[in-house]
Amino acid sequence: MVQELAKADQAVDKHGGDKNALIQILLDIQRENNWLPKDILTRLSQKLDIPLTQIYHIATFYKAFSLVPKGRHAVLVCMGTACHVRGAPRLLDRITEFLNIRPGETSNDMRFSLNTVNCLGCCALGPVMVVDGEYHSNPPTKEMEKILAACD
Amino acid sequence: MSDIALTINDTEVKAKEGMTILEAAQSASINIPTLCHHEKLIPYGACRLCTVEIIRDRRSRLVTSCVYTVEDGLIVKTESEPVVKIRKMLLELIWAIAPGAQSIREYATKYGINRTKFEIEPTFCILCGRCVRYCAEIKKKNAIGFIGRGIERRVMFFPDIAAEECPKCGECFPLCPTGVLPSNYAIAQMPYFTWEGKKYFI
Amino acid sequence: MPRLNSAADLERLRQEILAQRDPNKPCVTICSGTGCHAYGSEKVAEAFIKEIQRNGLQEKVDIRRTGCHGFCERGTIVVIFPEEICYLRVKPEDIPEIISKTLEGKLVDRLLYEDGTGQKVVHEGEIPFYKHQSRIVFGSNRFIDPKNINDYIARGGYSALAKVLFMAPEQVLEEVKRANLRGRGGGGFPAGIKWEATRNAPGEIKYVIVNADEGDPGAYMDRSLLEGNPHSVLEGLIIGAYTIGSHQGFIYVRQEYPLAVENLAVALEQAREYRLLGTNILGSGFDFDVQVHRGAGAFVSGESSALMTALEGRVGEPRPKYIRTAVSGIWQRPSNLNNVETWATVPLIINNGADWFTSIGTEGSKGTKIFSLVGKVNNTGLVEVPMGMTLKEVVFDIGGGIPKGKKFKGVQTGGPSGGVIPEGLLDTPIDFDELTKVGSMMGSGGMIVMDEDTCMVDVARYFLNFLAEESCGKCIPCREGIYQMLKILNRIGAGDGRTGDIEQLEEIGEVVRDASLCALGTTAPNPVLSTIRYFRDEYEAHIKHKRCPAGVCKELIAYYIQPEKCQACLICLRNCPAEAITGGKNLVHTIDQDKCTKCGVCLEVCPPRFDAVVKLSGIALPEPVPPGTEVIRKRGREK
Repeated sequence: MVQELAKADQAVDKHGGDKNALIQILLDIQRENNWLPKDILTRLSQKLDIPLTQIYHIATFYKAFSLVPKGRHAVLVCMGTACHVRGAPRLLDRITEFLNIRPGETSNDMRFSLNTVNCLGCCALGPVMVVDGEYHSNPPTKEMEKILAACD
Repeated sequence: MSDIALTINDTEVKAKEGMTILEAAQSASINIPTLCHHEKLIPYGACRLCTVEIIRDRRSRLVTSCVYTVEDGLIVKTESEPVVKIRKMLLELIWAIAPGAQSIREYATKYGINRTKFEIEPTFCILCGRCVRYCAEIKKKNAIGFIGRGIERRVMFFPDIAAEECPKCGECFPLCPTGVLPSNYAIAQMPYFTWEGKKYFI
Repeated sequence: MPRLNSAADLERLRQEILAQRDPNKPCVTICSGTGCHAYGSEKVAEAFIKEIQRNGLQEKVDIRRTGCHGFCERGTIVVIFPEEICYLRVKPEDIPEIISKTLEGKLVDRLLYEDGTGQKVVHEGEIPFYKHQSRIVFGSNRFIDPKNINDYIARGGYSALAKVLFMAPEQVLEEVKRANLRGRGGGGFPAGIKWEATRNAPGEIKYVIVNADEGDPGAYMDRSLLEGNPHSVLEGLIIGAYTIGSHQGFIYVRQEYPLAVENLAVALEQAREYRLLGTNILGSGFDFDVQVHRGAGAFVSGESSALMTALEGRVGEPRPKYIRTAVSGIWQRPSNLNNVETWATVPLIINNGADWFTSIGTEGSKGTKIFSLVGKVNNTGLVEVPMGMTLKEVVFDIGGGIPKGKKFKGVQTGGPSGGVIPEGLLDTPIDFDELTKVGSMMGSGGMIVMDEDTCMVDVARYFLNFLAEESCGKCIPCREGIYQMLKILNRIGAGDGRTGDIEQLEEIGEVVRDASLCALGTTAPNPVLSTIRYFRDEYEAHIKHKRCPAGVCKELIAYYIQPEKCQACLICLRNCPAEAITGGKNLVHTIDQDKCTKCGVCLEVCPPRFDAVVKLSGIALPEPVPPGTEVIRKRGREK
C-alpha cells in the first residue's frame, strides 16, 4: 500500500504537480502498477486538488485504465474494420471460449486479461491476436490454444 | 454591452450581447422546453430539447438555444416542423427511460406523446447532470459525479463524501426531473462504522 | 551536436552530412514500421547486423531501419541501396543468402516481387503497387531512420522552416491559403482559413495542436507518418506556429501507438539539440516548443473540441461548436488544430510553392491523400494518390483487386462517419465533395474493401456498435438514439426483423443527425443510411426472408455437410470445437445444429477436393441422413 502511494507521488512529481497532466499521470501509474487502486486515486485527488469525481470520471471514461487488478498476460484481439471483415469476431469467439472470459474480464487465476482494441495498424495480418506484445496473424484454433497454454 | 435585436417566432426581441437565445426568449415570455438547464448552472447542452431553428443569410440551422449566443438580425423559430420532429423523438427516447415522469409528461402532452415505440428500460436517470453540476458548481462538494461512457454512463454518489455532506444538504434532490434522485441516494448510502478516526464501510 | 543559429548554419550542416555520406556505399534498409515489426522486422535487422559482422563488412555496409514503406501486405520489406533492389516478405533465415548473393552482384529471385504473369520486378518504384501512386508526403519514409534527424536534414529537411522564419507571417499564410490545403483528418476544412482565424483571434497566447488520435478503426496512416518521419510533421507544425503567432504546441497521440510516442520523443529531443525547437529558432528570434500528450483510449477524444478539453486534463468530451476553437480553444485561448498529414504537407507547399500543389488534384481538392487500403484486397497497405484518381484505380490497379477470385461488393471510406460505395459508383473520383455526394466522405483515410462475403447489415451493425461504445454519452440523441438503432440492427441480424424497421432506422437516424452535440453523433447514422441506400435488398432479405445473402449473420446461417459429397475423412469431426459432428470411418458426417456454434472451422478444414461443407441461409435444412449411412465413394480422380 505504501509502495503504491509512493508510485502515485512519483508520477505527480514527474509531471511537476501539474493538474492539467492528470491523464498523463494516470497513464504512468497504470503502466507501472497495472491497475488503479482506490487509495491511489484518493491520494491524487488530495495532491493535485482535483475533485475525486473528476478523477473517477476520467478513470472510467478511458479504456486504458483499469480499476481492478489485471492478469499477468494481456491478450488483445483487434476489432478494427479490416480485421472485422476478415473474421475477427470468430477469432474472438474461439479465444473467449478457450479462456472462459469475455473481453474486459480477467481470469480468476489472474493469468489472463482479455481485451479488444480498435485497429493496431497491421491490417495486412488481420485478424490479429496479440499476446504479451507478440503479434499472431489469423492463428488456427489449435495454434491459438498452444500459444495461450504456454503462458504461465 | 450593446443591444441586440433578433426575431423569435415573428416577434421582435431586444437582448444584450452575450445572452443566449434561451435567455432572450425567456425575457420575452416565449417558452422553450428544457430539461438539463438551470438558471444557476452553466448551460450544459445535453438534453437537446431546447433545440431551435435559426435562419441567417437565408441558411437554416438547428442549434441548442441554451448555449447559442444571440446575434443581431437573427431569426429564430422555436416550434417549426424540424424542431418539433426532434422534440417528439427525444421525448419518446426519454419516455423509454423514465416513463410517466412528471416534468417529462407535461412536455409529452404538449407534443402529443403519451407512450413510446421503444422498449421501456426504466433507469429513471436521463443523465441531465443537474445534480452533479449543482454539487460541483454551487455547493463545491463534489459528492456526486459521472462515471463511465456512452450507454454505460451513470451518476454515482461517492459514499465517503456523500455520507458526510448529503444528509445535511439534499439541495439537489428537488432538481431531478424524474424525481428519483433521493431514492438513488438512499440506495447509495452505505452503512459504516468509525474506528480510530477512520471510516469503514460495511 | 552543433547548435544552429541561422539558416546558413543549417545549410552548412546539410552539406557536412552529405559530404560524409557516399551515395554509392551499399546500404541495407529494413522497414521498421509497426506492421513490419509485427512480421518480425527487428529480428531481420538483427540478423543483418550479425551476418554483416560475421563477414567483416561493418565498415563497408550501412544498415538503416526506416519508416513504413506502405506495402504492408508484403512485410518485412528490405531495400538495398544504391541499386534499390527490393526484397519482400524477408525472414531472418533469408539474410545469409541475401548478403552472399548481393556481394556477388546477384539477386535472390524468390524474394523479388512477382506480378500476375510471373514477371519479376527488381526496383521498388516499378512494383505496380507503387507505380500508380504519387508518394509526395509518404515517400520519404523509406529513406529516413526516424531516430536520426540527420537523415531528414540530408534530404532537405527543415529548409522550408529556414525559408519561412525570414518571411513575413502574412506571406506564409497567403501561400498556404492559395494552396487550398484542406484538412486531412476528415473535416476537409481549408487549413489556411483556420490558421487565419486563429491568427486574427484576440489574445496574445495561442496554441497549435497536432491531432494524432487517429481513432477510425482500419486507418493507420498517421501512425506510420509519425513513426516513420516525425520531423516532417514537426517542421509543418513550427511553420504553422510561426504563421499564427503561437509559441506553444501540443501533439496528442493515442497511447495505443507506443512506437509513435517513442519516435516522437527522440525526434523532439534531437530537434531541441539543434535548436530547431526552443528559443530563438535558427537565430530568427522565434520561440516555440512542443508538449506530447498521450490519449487514454477514447475515440470521441479525437474530436477537436474534446481533444482540447482532454489537453486541459479534464474528461475528453466534446463541447458545442458555436464558438469556434480557433477563437476559444484550450483554456479559452485561440487554438489551431490540424491532422498529422495536414501538417506534414505544409513543408512541401513552402518548398515547392502553392502553384505546384494546386497543379495536383481536382478543382475542389488539391494535392494528394494517404489511404489505408485494407480489407478484402490483395495489396493491403498505405497508398498515397493524387486527388481525382478514381476508386476503381485505387482498388484494382494499386490494390490488385479482390483475393480468391471473389466479387467486389463495396468500398467503405470515412470510418464510422462514412458510408459504403457500391460497384456502380467505382468511377467516383477521390475528392472531398464527390465522396460526400455519394453518401460517404473522405474521412481520415481508411478505405476498406468488401467482397461478396461481407454482409452490409453486419457492417452497419459493426459501426453502430463501435459508436455506441465510443459515444461519450452526454447528449440524448447520440446516447439513446444510437442505442435504439443498434437494437433494431441486432434484431434484424438475429432473424427477428420486422416490417417498418428500415423506416424506423431512417427516422431515428434523422434526429441523431440533426440534434446531436458533436460530429460523432451527427455522422453516426451515415453507415446505416448509406447501406440502406445501396443495399436495401440485403436488409429486406434479412427482414422478410430471414436470410443473410453473404452468409455472415450467425443466427441466420447453418453449416451443412452435403451427404453426397462427404468422404468421411474425419478431419472436420476431429476439429470441431463444439464436438457437434457425428460420423465415423466410411460413415457420412453430420452436424448437430443444436450444438453447432457457427465457428466455421469445418468449412475451413474440409479438403477442397471434397468441398462438402456449405453455408446455408434462409432455406430449410434438408432432413439429416439416418445415422450409419455410408458415404458414396468417388471412383479415382475427377477427369
